[in-house]
Amino acid sequence: MSVMSCPGCAGAPLAAEHARSSPAASAADSISISLPGIHCAACVVGVERGLAKLPDVLDARVNLSLKRVTVQTRGDADEDALINALLGLGFEALPLDTDTLRAAEGDPVGRGLLLRLAVAGFAMMNVMILSVAVWAGAADATRDLFHWISAIIALPAVAFSARPFFVSALSVVRVGRVNMEVPISLAILLASGLSLYETMAGGEEAYFDAALSLTFFLLIGRYLDHRTRAAARSAAQELAALEVPSATCIRDGNPVRVKSAEIVVGDLVQVPAGGRVPVDGVIETGRSQLDRSLLTGESLPVAADVGNKVVSGEVNLSAPLVVRATAVGQDTTLRRMAEMVAVAESGRSHYTPLADRAAQLYAPLVHGVAALAFIGWFIATGDLRYALNIAIATLIITCPCALGLAVPAVTTAASGSLFRKGLLIKSATALERLAEVDAAVFDKTGTLTDGTPIVTDLQDLSEQDRAAALALSRISDHPVSRLLASALEGMGVVASDLTDISERASDGVYGRDGADLVRLGKSRSAEGGTVFQRGDLPEHLLRIDETLRPGAQEVVDGLQAQGLYVELLSGDTEFAASQLGERLGLERASGSMLPADKIDRLAALQEDGKKVLMVGDGLNDMGAMAQAFVSISPASGVDATRATSDIVLLGRSLAPIQDAFTVARRAHARIRENFGIAVCYNAVAVPLAVSGYASPLMAALAMSTSSILVILNALRVRV
Amino acid sequence: MNVLVILIPVSLILGGLGIVAFLWTVRHNQYEDIEGDAARILFDDDEPKKD
Repeated sequence: MSVMSCPGCAGAPLAAEHARSSPAASAADSISISLPGIHCAACVVGVERGLAKLPDVLDARVNLSLKRVTVQTRGDADEDALINALLGLGFEALPLDTDTLRAAEGDPVGRGLLLRLAVAGFAMMNVMILSVAVWAGAADATRDLFHWISAIIALPAVAFSARPFFVSALSVVRVGRVNMEVPISLAILLASGLSLYETMAGGEEAYFDAALSLTFFLLIGRYLDHRTRAAARSAAQELAALEVPSATCIRDGNPVRVKSAEIVVGDLVQVPAGGRVPVDGVIETGRSQLDRSLLTGESLPVAADVGNKVVSGEVNLSAPLVVRATAVGQDTTLRRMAEMVAVAESGRSHYTPLADRAAQLYAPLVHGVAALAFIGWFIATGDLRYALNIAIATLIITCPCALGLAVPAVTTAASGSLFRKGLLIKSATALERLAEVDAAVFDKTGTLTDGTPIVTDLQDLSEQDRAAALALSRISDHPVSRLLASALEGMGVVASDLTDISERASDGVYGRDGADLVRLGKSRSAEGGTVFQRGDLPEHLLRIDETLRPGAQEVVDGLQAQGLYVELLSGDTEFAASQLGERLGLERASGSMLPADKIDRLAALQEDGKKVLMVGDGLNDMGAMAQAFVSISPASGVDATRATSDIVLLGRSLAPIQDAFTVARRAHARIRENFGIAVCYNAVAVPLAVSGYASPLMAALAMSTSSILVILNALRVRV
Repeated sequence: MNVLVILIPVSLILGGLGIVAFLWTVRHNQYEDIEGDAARILFDDDEPKKD
């Protein structure tokens, strides 16, 4: 550890050392803040110098790639003060939960792969140089010497670098299956073993360079694959770290800021307006409205009063509340729903990645051909060593190299291009699965719509009616009144002076506007709904509508144009669901769906042979998303939903979903082409190898060209 | 051909130095913020450092 610390990079290792030596102090010493807006050198200087001027700040270091600043403080600095200082400097700043991030720091797997890649690259270059001398005609003692040096470099390098392949191959062979790593490991092991034997016997041909370049190219594939997923994971972790990490509790009469994890049952928790309820509990003081759309899919907020139960995950809309906690942490409704998802997930049929399916075809074929070549040559010549040589040359030259690169190279290119469009590909096989999807199911509230309903048709009211409606709506706490009041205020309406105002429970608000009796409330007709009525004039229906999320119409149209079956499943009322379905032109829209109903509907679609994409944001969608073939959730959804989904949509618009489809299909095509390239190349190489014309030089050339071809083809997926 | 006795160890040592240097950079987090380091080279060091 001491060797690693240098003044230039004190940040991360020092923080890690702190964490080990004094776990209690470290949280206060180092604060991470997300800076989504920074993008250039000037921003880096601005943030670092601006923060350094603050009295409590020891050091501030910006990481431009992660768009994050790590601040070392004297221990008593306040996160909010730092954020306010940054806002003052003109940078958008968001707090990050340091504990969530620290767990993710370091990426030891990526480092390990990079190390193995470096060792393989070093050994490959040196052995290649020696091999060139042999190919150029080095003979006798010189050739033997070169082979021995190659062996000394190659064998330890292979043992170290190719370990991930051996481990993976061994684990699947144990359970009697085959994946891409099995032929790869066999080829590497046999190439090294044969070459060592040939070297000891003073033979002419050694394949040390082939074994190493195979390892090197495949490690590149591995590393690319890992990098793509690590980037998605760390972005997802960042989203998780943005969730309410702390809450304000009232203890001994004073408000104290505590971590959500430290709240205990019986604590009084303050929930500010606009904040998310961190625990399950009962309202102790305050009156407000709660947005439950993430939990139930209802688009209209519900009124909440003293004594009402609240559930973690609900959003408090209008006024601060104090909640007495009745369930915390693992016991909250939110967590229990997450467990329900795990059950749905375990029931989903296992998806076999394309690469493994290819390996299941490829491995037996190639191994069969090699075995036949061995038997054939042994019968023909009776020379065991020669026959073995041919068989192993066949295995090496059939080069699972291109096959091993075929998938990771494409997914890396595709994920990178989608990341720039605002999509995080979390699952390794998400793109492959997305390309096969033929039906899409959308959630309504928060996914297709914005979640905040608006009152339409206000223009139809006369100016006098509008003024009266505003005066009436201000009296009531009913969610619809609140909505109406804010909409009318937004239009610049001035409330009229009403007299005799009274609210009658479950009927409406009454008042007198001059000589007329005015009423805002439930319709007396059969259709229901909220109406405004003046005297004996007919009721005026106030239609409540939801705003579509940007891009929603385009995505639905686009998917339908591509021949997909599109359906809406909502926890909201049947009426609201069918209305939106009609507006978007969907084949089917069902409302009043409980989480279990959604799962059943998806299962029914899957039984019809459909591969279903589920797009949803709420906890009530989680089960369905786990059931679906592939799932997408917007970043505005709850943490648990994002964790379940395969793809996360970062922006507000739904439009990138269509890009995801395009890219996924293109990626699928590229992967198939790549397998095609590998097959064509084998069709030429195998007959040569079997007939005994393969040489180490040929193997080296063939391996490199096919790998480069595959990578170049993969890059075409970028858009 | 006797020159090989010198050349081969020399090439291995040079290559070895390269790999050691690479390992050192990995250990010292030099790949954690590639974009940021590219930007940092543009800073002026003229101003006296805060202590």
